[in-house]
Amino acid sequence: MSDAIAAHAGAHAAHTAHAVHHPDLQHHFDSLEQQHEAATLGMWLFLITEVLFFGGLFLAYTLYRIWYPVAWAEASRELDIVLGAFNTAVLIGSSLTMAFAVRAAQTGKQRATVVWILLTMALGLVFLIVKYFEYKEKFEHHHVPGPNFAFEGPQAGPAQIYFSLYFLMTGLHATHMIIGFVIMAVIAWMAHKKRFTPEWYTPVEISGLYWHFVDIVWIFLFPLLYLVDRAGHFA
Amino acid sequence: MTVPAPRETYLNHEHTVASWLLTKDHKRIGIMYLVVVTMAFFLGGLFASMIRLELATPAGDLVSADTYNKMFTMHGVAMVFFVLIPAVPAILGNFVLPLMLGAKDVAFPKLNLLSWYVFVIGFLFTIYAMVTGGVDTGWTFYTPYSSRASNTNVMMTGLGVFITGFSSILTGLNFMVTIHRMRAPGLTWFRLPLFVWSLYSTALVMVLGTPVIAITVLALAIERFLHFGIFDPVIGGDPVLFQHMFWFYSHPAVYIMILPPMGAISEVIATFSRKSIFGYSFVAFSSLAIAVFGFLVWAHHLFVAGISVYSALVFSFLTYAVAIPSAVKTFNWAATMYRGAIWLKAPMIWAIAFLGLFLVGGLTGLFTAALGVDVHIHDTYFVVAHFHFIMVGGAIMGYFAGLHYWWPKITGKMYSDIWAKVAAVIVFVGFNLTFGPQFLLGYLGMPRRYHVYPPEFQVLNVLSSAGASILAVGYILVAIYLVASIFYGEEAGDNPWHATGLEWTTQSPPLPHNFEVQPVVTEEAYEYSKREIKVV
Amino acid sequence: MAGHISPKSTYYAIFGALMVLTAVTVGVAFVNLGSFNFPVAIGIAITKATLVILFFMHAKYSSTLTKMFVGTAFFFLFILLTLSLTDYLSRGLKTYPGGAGGAGYGVRTESSMETRPATGGEGH
Repeated sequence: MSDAIAAHAGAHAAHTAHAVHHPDLQHHFDSLEQQHEAATLGMWLFLITEVLFFGGLFLAYTLYRIWYPVAWAEASRELDIVLGAFNTAVLIGSSLTMAFAVRAAQTGKQRATVVWILLTMALGLVFLIVKYFEYKEKFEHHHVPGPNFAFEGPQAGPAQIYFSLYFLMTGLHATHMIIGFVIMAVIAWMAHKKRFTPEWYTPVEISGLYWHFVDIVWIFLFPLLYLVDRAGHFA
Repeated sequence: MTVPAPRETYLNHEHTVASWLLTKDHKRIGIMYLVVVTMAFFLGGLFASMIRLELATPAGDLVSADTYNKMFTMHGVAMVFFVLIPAVPAILGNFVLPLMLGAKDVAFPKLNLLSWYVFVIGFLFTIYAMVTGGVDTGWTFYTPYSSRASNTNVMMTGLGVFITGFSSILTGLNFMVTIHRMRAPGLTWFRLPLFVWSLYSTALVMVLGTPVIAITVLALAIERFLHFGIFDPVIGGDPVLFQHMFWFYSHPAVYIMILPPMGAISEVIATFSRKSIFGYSFVAFSSLAIAVFGFLVWAHHLFVAGISVYSALVFSFLTYAVAIPSAVKTFNWAATMYRGAIWLKAPMIWAIAFLGLFLVGGLTGLFTAALGVDVHIHDTYFVVAHFHFIMVGGAIMGYFAGLHYWWPKITGKMYSDIWAKVAAVIVFVGFNLTFGPQFLLGYLGMPRRYHVYPPEFQVLNVLSSAGASILAVGYILVAIYLVASIFYGEEAGDNPWHATGLEWTTQSPPLPHNFEVQPVVTEEAYEYSKREIKVV
Repeated sequence: MAGHISPKSTYYAIFGALMVLTAVTVGVAFVNLGSFNFPVAIGIAITKATLVILFFMHAKYSSTLTKMFVGTAFFFLFILLTLSLTDYLSRGLKTYPGGAGGAGYGVRTESSMETRPATGGEGH
């Protein structure tokens, strides 16, 4: 054990003698590997905060679904299941392209990295455009909560809660997607400038983690919002 | 005789304003936090003074009821979010953690700087809300008053709190990765100073809890602004849902406030008893236990809010469970001092004061945790006294103990030990006089958050207000001699306390990059038995 | 420094599985399973999320620490949901004969609105 410590100290002394120094190695780290591990750990921790961030809304959703099953069923049926399923497929596809982008960076294929990231962004854009049309339809039907809200039948009150949660959850998700889109643009630019090597592609990897997380949120949002009671059990 | 060139330290390394505002050095960032947090402390203290001035007489003669509501709200907001949460982690933690680990900096120095800017921006939003009308919902922002009825700056304050939360998240994230990945060779987990264990536990809470208040405050702001209605009883919403979401963070938040000061106390007691902390691993695991269990008890703030009594039973039981690790730590600190070679310097005085006051605070928490008792004392001054004993008597005293302990390392100067002890005694006396009577007031039935009270409560209130003025004198005294030490203090030397720990092996103030050569650790923490130092 | 490089076939396979599961979840939604529709939908979503986490996010090939972090996130989300539900699921339960319910008042859910009269607030 003490040999390992001494050996490490010796190796470190060689480093501080400032011989070989990878240009992407930041000065407070001892090695690229340590830096990479720190970066990925940091991103996973950030994603943990995001799980809890959305989690509060999932709590509200769960509670009110238990209290108001009929309202939930009626309101959910106002959403377009075809568009929702399509968007789910689009996002899963964008996760695939993102995974390929990381793989391309890992294997040093600069141009392929750019292409896969651009494809990811394109799919993300498709998602957002579909969302725009869905929101537009909600506005037209007066399903946006607030003074102009209108819903037929006795479930109007709880239905307004449903739509509040719908807009909060999908709105928050869409905001994260837009941020992801911007991040992807930056990464695509860096890849275009040939910044990444098989030794250092960390930004691609951690951006990928973020993008997959946004996909996972939608994987939960889709059944929770669109598939509440399509079989007509409660109403 | 030639004058030797001054040593390079992180303070004189570069002098420009830009070198401070664009620094990535964790030590400078810690100092920048110190400046803002101190400002927030005095702001919160100002509001507290208004409260105690009003409450010196039974009638509402100083300010109107609405203004009084704003005073206690803004006192709470300033103290909770801008003092207690960041004080030890962002000031002392930022400064000391990499030194304790033998590292050159934290894992993400740029994120560290960002966390400071985010903190400042959140603070500015909140101050803006305060000066343009204030907010009167209580720092707890309960719905439906905050979402429907209050016509004060709820959204702006909420936005300030939301932004500041990200500062907390970034700090916690940074600390966790730093502790996992940047320890010096030989520094295994169980050789770490207990301050590191407490910072890690705190970081866990920051990362897991803060996002929930973020979404809660965001949902509240949107409800107010866009009239979305997830808390609105008129359309079938549950206002108590807000309380569940709010306290899911805000209870663990009190552990963010107390765990780092507890860690500082461990360091101080070990150093000034010349002994290893009794039951090191128990204390380490207790920190983790407090962090985890702290997430299981939040609804004890909702006992009388309308939750089911079965749920209340569960949370009451869990609340008793979370007291156990804190008790373990308290016993272990006392056991450390037993048969130790006690060296009564200023940090130790603050630490001993902590022990007594935290004990009272913790025990009175057990009173409030009992369902039947809480029905009687909820929303009375008993609760106010309980949490001030913990937060001021505990957290602030612990913060001061740490500040006095590491001040020589941070500044390279020694403050006046006599004045520091005098201040500690003044603060201790003032504190007890302020908050001791409040237990009685609460038990006798005086409700909190009222600017008037029945005349029979006046004597105790006057005692409390008198105590508050003594407390203020004590705090101002601390500021004076600490600042004076920067200009007139003696050189501290590398290790004025002859303490163990990697931070004391480097110069005071430290180099910009902390260590000339990366240290290698071969001994356990707190190996005082191997040191023979004659202490004068 | 190399992270694990997955073969392309793995990614295609996971993508295929995710699409199949999406189709399944839509299909099952139209089958009346009563109260089981919700757990089934959640279960399928959890399966899909797990596949993304393990393979697209490389958690399967990451350190134990990373896996613990992932588990921690969902554990605390679980705590948030279940402990809150100890309140919401037990509010309607009677605490004494003829009593309105836990904490002194009845909660007005759709199922209880016709049968339970609204009580004035008792206690707090």
